[in-house]
Amino acid sequence: MRVTVIDYKAGNLTSVLKALRHLGAEAEVTDSDLSLVETAERIVLPGVGHFAATARLNATGLTPTIRAAIASGVPFLGICVGMQWLYAGSSEAPSQPGLAHFTEQCTHFSSSQEKVPHVGWNSLEVQPQSRLLAGVELGEYVYFTHSYKAPVTADTASVTHYIEPFASAVERGNVMGVQFHPEKSGATGLKILNNFLHWEGTTC
Amino acid sequence: MLTKRIIACLDVRDGRVVKGIQFVDLIDAGDPATQAARHAREGADEIVLLDITATHEGRATLLDTVRRTARELFVPFCVGGGIRTANDAAQVFDAGADKVSVNSAALSDPTLIDAIGRSFGAQAVVVAIDARRDPQAADPVRDAQVYVRGGRKLTGRRVVEWAREAESRGAGEILLTSMNSDGMRTGFDCELTAAVSESVGIPVIASGGAGTVAHFVDVFAHGKADAALAASIFHFGVSSARSLKEELAKSGVSVRLPC
Repeated sequence: MRVTVIDYKAGNLTSVLKALRHLGAEAEVTDSDLSLVETAERIVLPGVGHFAATARLNATGLTPTIRAAIASGVPFLGICVGMQWLYAGSSEAPSQPGLAHFTEQCTHFSSSQEKVPHVGWNSLEVQPQSRLLAGVELGEYVYFTHSYKAPVTADTASVTHYIEPFASAVERGNVMGVQFHPEKSGATGLKILNNFLHWEGTTC
Repeated sequence: MLTKRIIACLDVRDGRVVKGIQFVDLIDAGDPATQAARHAREGADEIVLLDITATHEGRATLLDTVRRTARELFVPFCVGGGIRTANDAAQVFDAGADKVSVNSAALSDPTLIDAIGRSFGAQAVVVAIDARRDPQAADPVRDAQVYVRGGRKLTGRRVVEWAREAESRGAGEILLTSMNSDGMRTGFDCELTAAVSESVGIPVIASGGAGTVAHFVDVFAHGKADAALAASIFHFGVSSARSLKEELAKSGVSVRLPC
């Protein structure tokens, strides 16, 4: 399985690559080579850091290439900021549009007594129809580190509670995103990445 | 529900574990990669590798150690010790760490925090603070002092203020070690931990002083800690991070179980 991992200079890709390779994938990195996106069997958009960094996807011409790959049915997984990029945008960088595959906006956690960022292991309420999260049982935990989050909608694949319920995973056809870090979430995270690598189904 | 983290800490010198969690029933292999993997398997929520190598030659060994340790580790992995520049941090990230912990170098040049955070994100920067209460001060907790060099050298900064500055510069977490409690096994300094935790919006990891499971219960309940470092679980009368967490769960602490 050839997986193209998009590098948009928003942090460290080592852990994501390591996890994909551990699962037997042939993972390649690109920061501008459109042909690696055009020929990918799977696309992963990782990301730790600021939503504004996704501007680089437009500057390098990757955005329309990724959009075309998604339309042709290539399974796509966004991680953390990579998931948020699938939405219309984020209040973290209001002038920077996302892909708008999902039409909602990502927002900062409401102010409360709780700490922001949300850092640590939290649980998932998995929607039964999710393929990405197949086999993830109630009470399994995954690792989060983020201050912005996506709203719960019909496309939400799992809900997590911190301050308020938010979409910890999103999934519609071949387009998937996770707010948590599957590459840092032990056996549960590897199971989710493995589901992605073996995803077969219809496009959206 | 967000759970409290139990973080396994390994002190490493010249590529070997010199002090770390030791188990009753297992021979200490001394190999950081082996031990880190074991802790992850046995329920640790995160691994911290603290390099105490003093020599320049040791740096290359550290990167090799980080690389080998990270290879099969799929929980968050933080590396501290000897990170003086953003370039040092970059090399450690490249070798497979998810976070770096900075201490004395950040005190000498606080902009190091900004620089690492800018390149790798706030979630990747842990600021470690070695704290000692000031018994002469009117308020020994609020006036607790920051020390470096293993608690031998006073920096002239107050702990709470330094934690706030670290946060404002882009630190993602604070690792707070009480030098008064460290090694005493009389419990964490819950008052100091709470004072720091309530002053910042980022998670605080408590360290120093644990001797029983009840001490962990206390630091989560009264110390407002978000995570606690387990430096020597053997001394707490449990055999693994998992057993520690099972005991914590019985006391009503929310932890990642099963793990």
